[in-house]
Amino acid sequence: MTTFTLNGETRTVDTDPETPALWVIREQLDLTGTKFGCGMAQCGACTIHVNGRAQRACITSIASLEGASITTIEGLKGDDGSLHALQQAWIDHQVPQCGYCQSGQLMSAAALLADNPNPSDADIDTAMRGNVCRCGMYGRIRSAIKQVAGASFYDAMEGSQNG
Amino acid sequence: MGKWTRRGVLSAGVLGGTGLVIGIAVRPGNPTETAGHLVLGEDENLLHIYLKIDGDNRATAILPHSEMGQGAQTALTQMLAEEMDADWNLMRFEEAPANAEYANMAVGRGYLFKGIDFPDVVVPTVDGLMLNLADALGMQITGGSMSIRTTGQYFLRAAGASVREMLVKTASKAWGVPESEIRTAKSMLHHDSSGRLAPYSEFAAAAAEMTPSSTPKLKKTSQFSIMGHSKPRHDIPSKVDGTAMFAMDVKRPGMVYAAVKRTPVAGGTLRRVDDNAARAMKGVIDVVKVGPSSAAGLVGTYSAGDTIAVVADSYWTAEKALASLKLEWNTEGKERVSSESIFEQFDRDITAGVDRANDVAMGDATAAFDSAATVLTADYRVPYLAHTCMEPPNATAEVFADRAEIWVGCQNPLGFRQHLAANLGLDVQQVTLHNYFMGGGFGRKSNADYALQAAMIARQVGRPVQMVYSRAEDIKQDFYRPAVQSRFKAGLDADGKLVAWQNTYVDKHEPVEAPLIPYAIAAQDIGHVASPTHVPFGAWRSVDHSQHGFFTESFVDEAAHAAGRDPYEFRAEMLKDKPRLLAVLNRVAKEADWGRPMEEGRGRGISLQESFGSIVGQVVEVTVSGGKTWVDRVVAVIDAGYAVSPDGTKAQIESGIIYGLSAAMYGEITIEDGAVAQSSFADYDAIRMHDSPVIETHIINSGAEMGGAGEPGTPGVAPALANAIFDATGKRVRSLPVIKADLRSDAEASPAVAALGA
Repeated sequence: MTTFTLNGETRTVDTDPETPALWVIREQLDLTGTKFGCGMAQCGACTIHVNGRAQRACITSIASLEGASITTIEGLKGDDGSLHALQQAWIDHQVPQCGYCQSGQLMSAAALLADNPNPSDADIDTAMRGNVCRCGMYGRIRSAIKQVAGASFYDAMEGSQNG
Repeated sequence: MGKWTRRGVLSAGVLGGTGLVIGIAVRPGNPTETAGHLVLGEDENLLHIYLKIDGDNRATAILPHSEMGQGAQTALTQMLAEEMDADWNLMRFEEAPANAEYANMAVGRGYLFKGIDFPDVVVPTVDGLMLNLADALGMQITGGSMSIRTTGQYFLRAAGASVREMLVKTASKAWGVPESEIRTAKSMLHHDSSGRLAPYSEFAAAAAEMTPSSTPKLKKTSQFSIMGHSKPRHDIPSKVDGTAMFAMDVKRPGMVYAAVKRTPVAGGTLRRVDDNAARAMKGVIDVVKVGPSSAAGLVGTYSAGDTIAVVADSYWTAEKALASLKLEWNTEGKERVSSESIFEQFDRDITAGVDRANDVAMGDATAAFDSAATVLTADYRVPYLAHTCMEPPNATAEVFADRAEIWVGCQNPLGFRQHLAANLGLDVQQVTLHNYFMGGGFGRKSNADYALQAAMIARQVGRPVQMVYSRAEDIKQDFYRPAVQSRFKAGLDADGKLVAWQNTYVDKHEPVEAPLIPYAIAAQDIGHVASPTHVPFGAWRSVDHSQHGFFTESFVDEAAHAAGRDPYEFRAEMLKDKPRLLAVLNRVAKEADWGRPMEEGRGRGISLQESFGSIVGQVVEVTVSGGKTWVDRVVAVIDAGYAVSPDGTKAQIESGIIYGLSAAMYGEITIEDGAVAQSSFADYDAIRMHDSPVIETHIINSGAEMGGAGEPGTPGVAPALANAIFDATGKRVRSLPVIKADLRSDAEASPAVAALGA
């Protein structure tokens, strides 16, 4: 039995303690926004927050989450249902294409900004390099993060520097 | 013909023999009779096969293309909405069901009869013919950058315009006023002199009784207010909060999970399996074998060998149990095949030139080479490439004796449905397919092998099964962009003008024009030899352009340098009679500030590529330091005729560039002992945030016939990159990926250059 807080609610699961959190969250707790991309922490599609830090759910055993506070993409919105500033920026910049990696991208970006509200380009590189986007929307992701951070960003739609 | 190709079958089916046959059943007519039951909900009227309107005046476009990230569904809806004078805020879209009524007749018509204007009277006949043919071929394809330029341009605009006409007609009758006095705007009908107005929904039921015209009057570009404007994509909000549904997010009552492993050597069979350990694991339900399968693909024919599957109550258990299997595979005599042996074979076959077939034979190449002042030769190579969609291939299936149901994300729902029916021994009507967002497609999800595996496993265990590929399985069981070798010879006259161009390569697929060059060179001899391997191949974003773009645009750069000329000006001079191409080339040079001096260790390269009806120019800027290449900036210009959704077009170019750049920098699938050697993002990596360049995209609306956007960004980035590396280092990259090239140079010993890469 493992007990943790998931998006603000206390949950208890009874499963093989070695099972990666990814599969427990998707199969048993029916939250499918967290994605399977590689199972080896090489792509970032399964990124969740564990006690506020970005972590790859595919290599996080469920037993290691005893007593932890977990946030998934479904819990990124505010308590009133309003979008997180990054989610709105993602829409503003029309970031997603296929969208499959974007839950992970958003969770990595949200953990970055919570920790460092004014990240440099190098900070963004470091925080986001674990998240692969095969549609290649890195430029728009960077711009969206910078917009939320209040920094100047390159606007791909307008083709100019902004902010 | 030896193999299935879209062009081949369509040509044989339609034009071989008697040409256009008159008298074939004409569809679509009144859509309510044939398609209404498929797509209509309560309070909805189907006014056209592609459009329904509900009681609240909300209009829904029904689109025969699937969504893998390209955003075409929003752009297609814009095209329909524009012609129907819809209120954009009242527009929605949904994907058409995998039914014959929604076969891609437009793709066939666009492909076969491009540029042909039919007399109005035969248009329904041609459409009916294409629909029958597309149904027979199982075509409901999203690929070939076709959606907007065929379905959108030939059908959705006409659908919108004909619906508008029908609504005006019915209102005119009801109001007793002439049609000419009725005005439409924002999903409303207006009769200004009497002050009458009504929402479209008021006349939707009456209009649904009419047969839409196939040849309504379309708007001029100058009248557009929805097309040509960047509309936010309708699917994006669901992709930022985790609610977007991909096939892997499906859950069926009683569903179990399958992990699979197919023969490592393609086409192989399973000799022996020891599954004792797996069967003893808690949660394991069964270990089953799936036999080989084959079918026509978008490019070539796929054939897949034996699969072993473990079915369990959780995916993780299934994966663990799969890893515990002791497996012996037959290698079918391919155990000595390697990438080295394959390239040796290519080299041999190109040199022998047996059965060389010409794509182009122009002028007298032999004489031109004899009299040339300078002759240069080079061999280029590219490796096999996997697609690595972020969402690995997966499908959920329930199979009964008399019916089957499948939940999948795929690029050809109707084709998948037919393939499943044929292999399950069912009628097509007994197979229901639910298509979902694809977490990437890029051509991989046009082959139905993975859907069939899921169905075959589900049939054996008699329960709903969700089958998911591991990342390793995804990489090892792909239908690869082929490895290709291409040999070039160019002749320059005493003035440095290109007078002769000879090229022989292996492996010709589609598009047939991919190896052609746009430049005015009097003598051209371009041809190919067959050199088949056992490695499965398929459509990979931009298909044959992905290799030939690199080959031809690199070698023309070599010719420019051999002539002592600027590579941009050298190209421009050979494009004097191709104003559209020249305009793109000139624009990209201008936007990139071509000629601006660069620091030592930095360089820029240019490329120009026409593909899928669009022209793309690119300038890549690099820094090479310590033998390592950093791509700093890519400037791109696209002329797709007319950009329906300019930001959508830009996003596609950005995406195509990063996809091509990932391959150019890192992408290499190698064959060892007959099998694919790579298994993860660690050994088959992609561009990531820290090494992604700034991309600046510019659009030219030339007004030419519409081209695609999903693929045309991909082919030009590798050659522009290689040309930039040459500019920076003097080293010519003739074999991809770039990371394998030795780019260390004397110049890099200088601290100033070394500091650039720090």
